[in-house]
Amino acid sequence: MRHKLSSVDPSKKWSGPLREYDLVKEIVVAVVVVGFLALSLAALFSSPDEKALTMQSWSIQAPADFVQTAASELAGTTTSASYGPPYNNNGSGQNIGPINPAKISGITIPIDPAKSFVIEPLAIEPDSTTKSAIAVWSLASSKQEITWASAYSDALTKDGKALALADPTGAYGPVPTLVTALYSMAQSGALDGALTTSDTTLPTNFTKPLLFLADSGTYFPDKAAAQHLSGDQWGVMNETGSWPGQSWLWLYSLWYQIEPFKSSGNADILVMSLMGVLSLGLIFLPLLPIISRIPYWIPVHRLIWRKWYQRKS
Amino acid sequence: MSTMSNKSSWTSRVRSATLDKFEPEDLLPDHQPAYVASWIYIFGVATIAALIMLIASGLYLTLEGPAWWHTSSVGHYVNSVHLWSVELFFVFMVVHLWGKFWMAAWRGRRLATWITGCLAFFASIITGFTGYIIQTNFDSQWIATQAKDGFNAVGIGAFFNTLNTGQAILLHVSLLPLVLGAIVLWHVILVRRRGVVPPIDEAGE
Repeated sequence: MRHKLSSVDPSKKWSGPLREYDLVKEIVVAVVVVGFLALSLAALFSSPDEKALTMQSWSIQAPADFVQTAASELAGTTTSASYGPPYNNNGSGQNIGPINPAKISGITIPIDPAKSFVIEPLAIEPDSTTKSAIAVWSLASSKQEITWASAYSDALTKDGKALALADPTGAYGPVPTLVTALYSMAQSGALDGALTTSDTTLPTNFTKPLLFLADSGTYFPDKAAAQHLSGDQWGVMNETGSWPGQSWLWLYSLWYQIEPFKSSGNADILVMSLMGVLSLGLIFLPLLPIISRIPYWIPVHRLIWRKWYQRKS
Repeated sequence: MSTMSNKSSWTSRVRSATLDKFEPEDLLPDHQPAYVASWIYIFGVATIAALIMLIASGLYLTLEGPAWWHTSSVGHYVNSVHLWSVELFFVFMVVHLWGKFWMAAWRGRRLATWITGCLAFFASIITGFTGYIIQTNFDSQWIATQAKDGFNAVGIGAFFNTLNTGQAILLHVSLLPLVLGAIVLWHVILVRRRGVVPPIDEAGE
């Protein structure tokens, strides 16, 4: 038999004993106290502000990583180059069962890394050697481009430290010239502007430089790991330094630390879907048969309303 | 004062569906049921207070622009106030949410109050997230590049690009605060409409 949950009908207006209350005073006092807390915490602990990375800082602080990544963009072997929607068709996106939402949404932010990150920025360079190299690259077949760039990318990666390699046999085509020119452009700071102004002259969209930076093999991820921001360090819920960050994302970050999500190629869609289901569960918790009964089984309410219960007894 | 009401009037219908549902003492109460006497009730109003601090510090930052706080000590302090208001806001809200769970506060036709509270929680997470990716520093660069994969995987990335700082700024300072503000207002109105949920009866179960 299902017992009655309360001796009063909770949907009816309360007709029992009252106590004095002052809503306006409560709000004013709360704002003053919380305001004082926020102002004090800000004065005591401040907030983090680690300077943003740029193409210039990357090329100066990790030049080998920069040239290797640039060559890989031309070879089409970076994360961006094989990403898929919404950037390009070079990857398939992630699936949950037969459903691939990224494919359904389509390519809305077209990015061809070789063109977007290397060729287009270099096109504004007045240097004739660079212009010739772009012309040779543009006239070549895609297969030839990949052959040149892959050979150079592999050689740079194998060397590990070189910023440029000689090409006595012509196996790299115009790629060394393009990569070296991009490296020089990055060092001067011109690449930062070129990547953001290729679509509009007054940019607010940093998709291209950020995608390029995210393709970095060591520079960007090493900086993040040093600030405990990597995915296996609970990622985006953290913040640089010892500040608390988005601690409310702990459950979202948790799934990335455990199997089967941790090693899944579809981890992002699985975690996002799971969080979607759990969020719906929270929203409709009062309708869930077992979970909605927990407050009755574990009587924390006896503590919350202890004065009321004492008064009644 | 006339009490005439034209049932075909849209204004009358809106008034009947809204203002007529409330007594003045429902909206601005000076008495509460005697059982409303617990530390847990502080966290609802504390959440609202933190939201007020958030909006005030956020408006200050908005007036000066997104990069101001990098170069001004006053700006950095206002940004810090904004950050700590966010932290307090979430702490208060989560404690408030747990409190309402243990009180089974959805009883007595208060399901909509619970749901709007949860929606406010999720809207706050999204608003907070957009705040973190518009800091225009290393933090925002890393968070934006990592978070894009989650949004892209579920197809949202095609419309909300975490790497588009301009889009994120506009969402953070205009659309999302409006959405969050509307949900919070709805939630508070429901709280006032239904009143504070009475205790679970000790003889109940």
